[in-house]
Amino acid sequence: MSELIPQLTQQLFNGLSLGAIYALIAIGYTMVYGIIGMINFAHGEIYMIGAYVGLVTLSALGVNSGLPLPIVILVMLIVAVLVTGVYGYATEKVAYAPLRGGPRLVPLISAIGMSIFLQNWVAIGQGARDMAVPALVTGSVQFQLGSDFVVTAPYSRIMIIVVTVLLMIALSLFIKYSRIGRASRACSQDLRMANLLGIDTNRIISFTFIIGAMLAAVGGVLIALAIGKLNPFIGFIAGIKAFTAAVLGGIGSIPGAMLGGVLLGLAETFAAAYISSQYKDIVAFLLLVFILLFRPTGLLGKPEVEKV
Amino acid sequence: MGNNIKNALIAAFMAGVIIAPIFGLQIVRSGMQTHLQPEWHMIVAGMAIVFAFQVIRPYLRRLFKRSGKVRTMPVLTEPARRGLIFLLIAIALIWPFFTGRAQVDIATLVLIYVMLGLGLNIVVGFAGLLDLGFVGFYAVGAYTYALLYHWAGWGFWEALPFAGAMSALFGFLLGFPVLRLRGDYLAIVTLGFGEIIRLLLINLYSLTGGPDGISGIPKPTVLGFPMARRAPEGVTTFHELVGWNFDNQDVIIYLYLMALCLALLTLFVSNRVIRMPIGRAWEALREDEIACRSLGLNPTRIKLSAFTMGAMFAGFGGAFFAARQGLVNPESFTFMESALILAIVVLGGMGSQVGVILAAIVLTVVPEIAREFAEYRMLIFGLVMVLMMIWRPQGLLPVKRPQVELKV
Amino acid sequence: MSEVLLKVSGLTMKFGGLLAVDQVEFDVKRDEVFAIIGPNGAGKTTVFNCVGGFYKPTTGDILMDGKKINGLPSHKVAQQGLVRTFQNVRLFKNLTVLENLLVAQHTHIETRLLPGLFKVPSYRRSEQEAQKNAVDWLDFMGIRQFANREAGNLAYGHQRRLEIARCMITRPRLLMLDEPAAGLNPQEKRDLQQLIDQLRKEFGVAVLLIEHDMSLVMGVSDRILVMEHGKPITIGLPADVRVDPRVIKAYLGEE
Repeated sequence: MSELIPQLTQQLFNGLSLGAIYALIAIGYTMVYGIIGMINFAHGEIYMIGAYVGLVTLSALGVNSGLPLPIVILVMLIVAVLVTGVYGYATEKVAYAPLRGGPRLVPLISAIGMSIFLQNWVAIGQGARDMAVPALVTGSVQFQLGSDFVVTAPYSRIMIIVVTVLLMIALSLFIKYSRIGRASRACSQDLRMANLLGIDTNRIISFTFIIGAMLAAVGGVLIALAIGKLNPFIGFIAGIKAFTAAVLGGIGSIPGAMLGGVLLGLAETFAAAYISSQYKDIVAFLLLVFILLFRPTGLLGKPEVEKV
Repeated sequence: MGNNIKNALIAAFMAGVIIAPIFGLQIVRSGMQTHLQPEWHMIVAGMAIVFAFQVIRPYLRRLFKRSGKVRTMPVLTEPARRGLIFLLIAIALIWPFFTGRAQVDIATLVLIYVMLGLGLNIVVGFAGLLDLGFVGFYAVGAYTYALLYHWAGWGFWEALPFAGAMSALFGFLLGFPVLRLRGDYLAIVTLGFGEIIRLLLINLYSLTGGPDGISGIPKPTVLGFPMARRAPEGVTTFHELVGWNFDNQDVIIYLYLMALCLALLTLFVSNRVIRMPIGRAWEALREDEIACRSLGLNPTRIKLSAFTMGAMFAGFGGAFFAARQGLVNPESFTFMESALILAIVVLGGMGSQVGVILAAIVLTVVPEIAREFAEYRMLIFGLVMVLMMIWRPQGLLPVKRPQVELKV
Repeated sequence: MSEVLLKVSGLTMKFGGLLAVDQVEFDVKRDEVFAIIGPNGAGKTTVFNCVGGFYKPTTGDILMDGKKINGLPSHKVAQQGLVRTFQNVRLFKNLTVLENLLVAQHTHIETRLLPGLFKVPSYRRSEQEAQKNAVDWLDFMGIRQFANREAGNLAYGHQRRLEIARCMITRPRLLMLDEPAAGLNPQEKRDLQQLIDQLRKEFGVAVLLIEHDMSLVMGVSDRILVMEHGKPITIGLPADVRVDPRVIKAYLGEE
């Protein structure tokens, strides 16, 4: 019994750090869906590319560059964010913008094609196999709760949680108080109306893709540092799970994506710990099916009424 | 003109940013170290190409507009379509007797993809349901045969109907709760199910053999007589029966002919079904679900029929795949397979059977021919999908839809 | 068999905070033409959608021949003999005119896989009969010459007639027409009025009608419900409704 609390605390911590990553990726899905009603299938790949760009940047700086660690990580993040911003902008302009307004199946298939293209783009460019990421952030906080069980909180994972929380706050403030943020909200409520009111919807859509990409990139870099390896196909599963998180929280709602991410991270961690670690991926899929069947608008979403 | 140059420069710059971290600076391990190998030529070449393209683009657009050329290929009329199908069948019938072993082998693979493509065509092309987990039904069919052989010693022909039935059952069970979802949600959920099936196959080691799968799966027999050099005690082989000398080529040809039978069956059923009331209902549902409901049509039931039928064909294809390979493992049933079959349907023109057949041929044969480019296969698939949607979403060879005509 | 075919009582529909329909009550008798009128935004189409099963009413009961149909999904409501047209005509635009009428008969014809696959005689008979029904209705509506044309390529007036034919071919007991005269020219409106009357007389179908064109409403309806802001104002005979001061007030500023 005295083991339970520390064990739960450990799982709670693990779940939160996992959930933070899902939240970062989920925001990209939810923002894009909220504005143009499309699932950006290739978004998971953007996350993956962010991780790779981080690694390339690190390799460019050199592991023993002598620069202080926070600076190195900051540079990795900034470069990854900038590059994936371009990726996000370019994929939207090339593969989605020309197809807006047509039958819904078409941009979806295009997105799938984009996703496959990007996976193999990286696989050919950097190799399809697992690639090791130098362990920059080592060490952990350890504390004893109760009897013998020691709760271990690796710094790399604490970093994930802290950075994510900061970014969430920054994003919320930005969306709430900036002009682009307001325009963005208007677009997600009623795109046509926003257009008629003079908002440059193309720019807002691009902005949405870029912001989503940037957040996913941060997630990619941080998880690569925490896990220590990456490959071109990590975006696929992470993408599906992050989408599940977005739906769980209420698709189109940014707070929903944050909430959904955290909940999914916790659910998956607890399932892996207490049910079976082999089947933990199935948790996300089953959760997705259940939400879509019983509460498709998610936890924070508004019920939609079909216009007849 | 100046604006054009400016845009082209921006595009080229972005291309540079995109290419650099993936192709321009390759991460190379040397012992314990990692360092970057710069490939400046890739970055520069990419930027130059993008720049040139962007500069030329407005001129290209004007060129196409002025020539009045509508970049479409003609829509295939009914007699032409029928002629093409007969031609393809005729070629298929004589193929194994005029070509070598490798060609027949590839042709067998093509036929499997024709079956799968026609199956998915019903689901995506006609009923308009984006099923990204189609590979799951393919896997169910393959493993049904594999398991029936492994645990009960069944042969191909006995297992085949069961494979189809199991897949259809899975399709029904999955479709029932899920088909009421909106298009994009349906896509993701079916994707999830395809993955769940793959994960189950990997993890249920004691039942399915896990990542190793099941091997030793026999090929189809000829009316009960195995097609092999030797048979176990007391069993007559086909060659012994008819007094031929055993030749490996015969096995290949027989396999091909059986695949051809299955593919023709699939074609026949698919062809009939789209001209039946259920086919009309699929089309109507795809066009306007609300109008269908207002007329008393049950959308879920109608979608289920398409979904289940597609699953059944995938099951048949899967069983045959297991027979041809001789072994099954979860590796063959990834999302990429679903994407490939989707690419066949998309390329062929959703709803067009002859298009699907041709696309299956192209997408199977071309990678085999261009073996050196194997790495680039999936990359090109992805690119083709995007480009097809932008330039020609109706597929390369759209047909006039089969209409019920009132003879005046 | 009672006289009342459709009975709507206490119908209320709330969308979040918006009260679109507030305690609407009426009944439609067999062979009756019953119209719902009111200024824009009165909630008329919402009533239709509730009756048709497209919306789930917040409260209220809808009885068809004594049987409760509120809460049934829209296709089951249609199977009870209650079909409707739509404000923006919802034809299957890429199917031919003939095929539109064939699809509508889906629940009455042979749709099983095996009979169709092998074209057994019972299947062929079923298809022939379906085609004959379709042609009969094409003749009735005077659009037979367009049988093989894509439904989306028809003139607007013909599209509306096709939509009504598509409803009628399901042999309904109650036909709901949502602004059938919208976009029609005066001659077409007169034809429509005649058509509604003919349908009622020849096929014994009751008609529930939303309409803005007053001459059509007054000319063809047996009784009228007037709504405003989601609430019922009055139900009565056309002659009475026309001079009711409350009705006139509701329409002040309109027409």
